[in-house]
Amino acid sequence: MTQETTPVTDTAEPLVSIKDLEIGFQTGNGFVQAVKGVSFDIFPGETVAIVGESGSGKSTTATGIIDLLPSNGRITGGQVVFGGKDLTKASKQEIVRIRGREIGYVPQDPMSNLNPVWSVGFQVREAVLANNMAKNKKDADKRAIEVLQEAGLADAERRMKQFPHQFSGGMRQRVLIGIGLAADPKLLIADEPTSALDVTVQRVILDHLESLTREKNTALLLITHDLGLAAERASKVIVMYQGKIVEAGPSLDLLQNPQHPYTKRLIAAAPSLASQRLKSSKVSAVEAPQGDEIDLAAASAHRHEVVEQADHAGTPAIEVKDLTKVFSIRRGSFRSEPFTAVDKVNFQVPRGTTMALVGESGSGKSTVAKMVLGLETATEGEILIGGKDATALNREEMLAHRRRMQPVFQDPYGSLDPMRSIGSIIQEPLDVHKIGDRKERENRVNEVIDEVALPRTVLSRYPNELSGGQRQRIAIARALALKPDVVILDEAVSALDVLVQAQILQLLADLQEELGLTYLFITHDLAVVRVVADDVAVMERGKIVEHGKVEEIFSNAQTEYTQKLLDAIPGANIPLGA
Amino acid sequence: MLMYVVRRLLQAVPVVIGTTFLIYFMVFAMPGDPILAMFGDKTPNQATYDALAAQYHLDQPFLVQYGLYMKDLFSGNLGTTFSGQSVGEVLARTFPVTLKLAAMAIALEFSLAVVLGLFAGLRKGKLFDNVTLVIGLVMLSVPIFVLGFLAQYFVAIKWGWASPTVGSDTSISNMWLPAVVLALSLFTTSMRLMRGTVIDTRSRDFVRTAYAKGLPGRRVIPVHVLRNSLIPVVTNSAANFGVLMVGATVTEGIFNVPGVGNTLYQAIIRGEGPTVVSFVTVMVLAYVVINILVDLLYAVLDPRIRYA
Amino acid sequence: MPKPEHYVAPFDENEMAEVDKVKLNEKPSNLWSDAWRSLRRRPLFYVSLVTVLIIVLMALFPTLFTSVSPTDNCQLANSNGGPTEGHPMGFTRQGCDVYARVVWGARTSLAVGLLATAISGVVGVIMGALAGFYGGWVDSVLSRLGDIFFSIPYILAAVVVMSVLADYRSVWTLAFAIGGFAWASLARILRSEILRVKSGDFVMASIATGRTRFSTLVSHVLPNSITPVIVYLTLSLGGAIVAEATLSFLGVGLPTTVMSWGNDISAAQTSLRTAPMTLIWPSIFLTVTVLAFITLGELVRDALDPKARARG
Repeated sequence: MTQETTPVTDTAEPLVSIKDLEIGFQTGNGFVQAVKGVSFDIFPGETVAIVGESGSGKSTTATGIIDLLPSNGRITGGQVVFGGKDLTKASKQEIVRIRGREIGYVPQDPMSNLNPVWSVGFQVREAVLANNMAKNKKDADKRAIEVLQEAGLADAERRMKQFPHQFSGGMRQRVLIGIGLAADPKLLIADEPTSALDVTVQRVILDHLESLTREKNTALLLITHDLGLAAERASKVIVMYQGKIVEAGPSLDLLQNPQHPYTKRLIAAAPSLASQRLKSSKVSAVEAPQGDEIDLAAASAHRHEVVEQADHAGTPAIEVKDLTKVFSIRRGSFRSEPFTAVDKVNFQVPRGTTMALVGESGSGKSTVAKMVLGLETATEGEILIGGKDATALNREEMLAHRRRMQPVFQDPYGSLDPMRSIGSIIQEPLDVHKIGDRKERENRVNEVIDEVALPRTVLSRYPNELSGGQRQRIAIARALALKPDVVILDEAVSALDVLVQAQILQLLADLQEELGLTYLFITHDLAVVRVVADDVAVMERGKIVEHGKVEEIFSNAQTEYTQKLLDAIPGANIPLGA
Repeated sequence: MLMYVVRRLLQAVPVVIGTTFLIYFMVFAMPGDPILAMFGDKTPNQATYDALAAQYHLDQPFLVQYGLYMKDLFSGNLGTTFSGQSVGEVLARTFPVTLKLAAMAIALEFSLAVVLGLFAGLRKGKLFDNVTLVIGLVMLSVPIFVLGFLAQYFVAIKWGWASPTVGSDTSISNMWLPAVVLALSLFTTSMRLMRGTVIDTRSRDFVRTAYAKGLPGRRVIPVHVLRNSLIPVVTNSAANFGVLMVGATVTEGIFNVPGVGNTLYQAIIRGEGPTVVSFVTVMVLAYVVINILVDLLYAVLDPRIRYA
Repeated sequence: MPKPEHYVAPFDENEMAEVDKVKLNEKPSNLWSDAWRSLRRRPLFYVSLVTVLIIVLMALFPTLFTSVSPTDNCQLANSNGGPTEGHPMGFTRQGCDVYARVVWGARTSLAVGLLATAISGVVGVIMGALAGFYGGWVDSVLSRLGDIFFSIPYILAAVVVMSVLADYRSVWTLAFAIGGFAWASLARILRSEILRVKSGDFVMASIATGRTRFSTLVSHVLPNSITPVIVYLTLSLGGAIVAEATLSFLGVGLPTTVMSWGNDISAAQTSLRTAPMTLIWPSIFLTVTVLAFITLGELVRDALDPKARARG
C-alpha cells in the first residue's frame, strides 16, 4: 500500500527493513489502529530519525520493532525483517536473544527507566550478562565499568555501587545509553532520548551518542518530536502523521524543500526553525501559509511591528527591584542551610510588551514568577505592579492586585481542577472577586471562551475531555476572565506539540494586540523566546546573567552561558535560507 | 542509614510517651473512682483496693501519677495480676509462646500474600485472580473468633486433624491450627496490596527497559517486579501486626494457647481491669517496637531511604 | 548505502484534520460518571448492593422479615432446638428463635458500624486534611498525634475504654470507643493524597485568583482527594461491624441485654459442640454483611482507579 521508499541502486543490504507495519491497541473504546502501514529501511551505520507529534505512532513503531509494546498493544500486519528474519513472527526466545544483543534501546525518561532498588552497577552488569558479553561476574564488572566510561561517566568504578536516585537526570541518561550499547548492538533505538533534559545537557548527550554510534558503526533510529533536532542528527528523516509516513528523505533536502503540506506546517510551526529564519531575516523561506496553518516567523514579525508602536514610556507594567528569595534546605535531620534561589534580580516590563525570563531547571525563573504572583513571599526586594508595591499588601489589596495579574501554568493536565466543569473553572475568578450578578458572569464566560476560539459547547464539559492545547486555551480564558493587565505565562506552551504550540503562541499574540496585555513569559526554550518576546533576561543559578532586546541577545550574546544556550537550540546550525 | 535509624528512634519517643499517657488518661482521668470503675460490677476487697491505689499513686496529682507510673513501667514493675503473680513474671512465661505463634502466623501469612498476590497480579482479570479475590474477601469478612470456632469445631473436633486446645504443649505441630487461623485472618490486605503493586510495577518503564536489555521474563519478574513489589507489602505488615495482636488475643483464648494474648483474654473475660490495662500497655509498647523494626526493614529494602 | 530518495505520500486534502479540533463524546464524562458507568457493568456490584439494601431494610423494619418476637416467648424447653416450622433456624440456648434474633440484631450491628465509621471519618478527614494541606508545624503536631493513635490497635484501645466504662456500655459509647481510635489510618491516607493533589497547578491557579487557602482546600483539594476516603470508609464500615462483634464476644462490647450479632455469637460459644448452628447463623449474617460492604469498597476502588479504567 505504500511505495518503496528506497530504490535498490546499491548492493548494500538494509540492516532492518520494515514493511507495511501495522500496530493497534485494545482500549476502552475498542481496537485503535496506531500505526497504519509503515515502511522504511535502515542501513548499517545509518542514522534515521522519525519525527511526529504525540499520537503520530512514532514511538509505537519503534517499540514495535523489538516487541516492547504495552500489554494491550499488538502488531496486526506487516514485517520487520532483521538479519533475514521476520521479527513479527519470531518466537519469544528469539526476540529475547535479539534484544540488547542485536538491537539496543534507549528510553525517553531517565528518571523512571532505572529500577530504584538496584545499584547502577547491578543494572549495567545485568545487561552485560544477559547478552553473554562476559563469562563471570568479575568480567561482567569490568565490562560494566567500561560501558559506563564509554557512556561518559567519569569515576565509573565508584559510581557502580551507587543507586539511581544518587544520579542527576543527565547522568542517568548516560547510564541508559551505556546499557543500550553494552552488547555492541547493530542498531540502537533511541526514543526521545533527551526530551526530559535541560537543553545544554541535551546537546552534550546527543553529541556523545553520535560519536559512540559512529565509532562502532551502530545504526541509530532516533525518535523525536523536534524536526530541527532530527535534521541536525540524522541523515534521513521520516515524518509521521496519524500512523502513516507522510514524507521521508535526506534531512537537508526535506527541511529546505518540504513537499507534503503536513511537513510544511511542521516546519512553519517549529520555533527553532522559525527563529532560525528570523535570524536570517528571510521570513519567506516557506511558502505563505494558508487556512489555519501558522507561520511562527511571519506571525512574530507582525507582532513585533505592532508592539513597536506600543507605549513604552510611562510606568512599566512590572518592575522588579533586587528581588531575592532564600529557602532553607534540609540537610539530614537536624541541620538546614540557606539556599538562595533568586539573587538580587532586577527587570522591568513595559506595558503591552512581552518579556521572557529564560533559564534551565533550577535557575530560579519559576520562583520569580511565583513571587510576582504573590504565591511565594520575597525574602528581599520590591515588586512593583503598575507602580504599586506588591510585597506588602493586606488581604484586600492583595485581592485587587490579583485581579490585575493572572497566571497560566505549564501543565495543561494539572492546571484545571478535574472535578469542575469548564464553565465553572472559567467562572471561578469572577465568583471569588464577586463580579457582577449571575447573568453578567455567564456573559463574561461566554465572551472569554469566544476570545480563546473554543465552541461554547465545551462549557458544560470536563477537562479530561479536552486535548492539552484546548486545556491551555481554557487556562488562558480563566486568566482573562478578570480582564487583567498582566499575564504571567509559566512555561505555558512547553508541554504542547509543535502545531498546537504555534496555535497557542498565535492566540497569545492576537490577545496581546487586542487587549494590550503585558506578558511575563517564563521558559527554558530560547527558540520560543525568539518568536514571542521583545526583551529577554537569561537566568543562571538565581541571577540574571544577561538582559536585553531579543534581537541583540540573539545576534550578539555577551556571556558564554547565553551563547551555550543559543548553540543548544536544535537545528541552530541548519542553513535554511536556501 | 545511621541518621535514619537515629531519627526513627527519636520519633518513637513521643509515641511511647503519648500512647502510655493516652492509656493512662483513659483509665484515670475518667470521672469517678478509677479503681472501682475498673472492676465493673464487682467490688474489690480493701487490701486489693489499697494495693492498687498505691501502685497507681492515686494520692498524687494526675501528672505526677503518670510520671511515677512511667518510672515503674520502665523499671519493670508492672504490677500484679489478680492471682497475685507479678505481671513481669507472667510476661516472661507467656511471651515466648506468643512470639512463636506470631512468627508461625506471619511466616505463613507473608508467603500466602506474596505468592498468591504475585500470581493474581500476573494473571490480572483471569480465573486465578478472581478466585483469590473472593477467598480473600471472605476471609477478611469472617470475624477471627468465628473463624477460630469454625476451625476448632470442624478441623479439630469433627475431623480430628488437630487438637482443639493447645494447652501446655506449645510445639509447632500442636499449634499449627491457631497459626493457620491467624494467617488466614491476616493475609487478604497484604495479598491485595501485592497484587496491585505487581500490576503497577509491571507497567513501569524500568521493567520495559529490563526487557529491552535482553533479559528473559523469568529474570525480569523476580528481580524487577517481585523485588520492588515487596516494599509496600513489608511496610503494610506493620499495620498488620496491630490486627495480629487482637487476633492473637482471641485465637489464644479459643485454643487455650498459654501466651500473652490468652492472659489478656482471660483478664478481659473476667473483668480484671488492672490486668487488662497492664497487658494492653505492654502490647502497645511491643507494637511500637515492631513498627520501628518494620521501618528499619523498609530502609534495608529501599535504597532511596538507606542512602537518603 | 544507497542515497535515500525523497518520498512524499500521496496527499488527500480530507485526511488532514484541523489542528487540535474539539472532539466531544456524546455524553459528558468526568470521574464520577465514568466510575458509575464501569460499576454498572459489574454483576458483583448489584449483588453486594442488594445485600446491603436488604440488611438496611432489616435494620430499619425488622418486622418486615419476621413476625416472631426475638425476646418474648423464649421457652427453655426449646433450648438449642433444631429448626421447626416457623422457626427455620432453630432456637438459642435460652430457647429464643434464632432467625428472629438475627433479624433484630442487624439494627445494632449496623448502627455501631455506621456511627463508628462516621466518627472516625470526621476526625480522620479533619486531621488528614489539615496536616496534609497546611504542612509545617500543623502537620508535625497532627501527624505525631496520629502516630500515637495509630500505635494503639483500635480494638485494644476500645477494650480499655469499655472496661473502664463498664457502667455506661451502649451503642454510643461503643461507637465512640471504636471510631475514636480508628481514625489514624484514614488521616494518614488522606494526608498523603492531599500532598499529591496540592502540588497540582490548579491549586496554585486557585490561590492566584484570590481564593483563600482554606477555601481552596475545601473547594478544590478535598474534592480531588476524596476517592481513597470513600473507599476506606466503605471498607472500615465492615471493619467496625467486626469490631463490635469482637468486643461483644470478649464481653466488653454491648450489654448482654442488647440484641446484636456479636452478643448472640458470644452467647452461643458455650453450645458450640452441641448446637453449632446457633453460632453459625449469626456468623453467616455478620460475614455476609461485612462481605457486602468490603466488596462494594473494592469495586468502588476499581471503578475510581484511573489506571484500571484506562486499561479497560
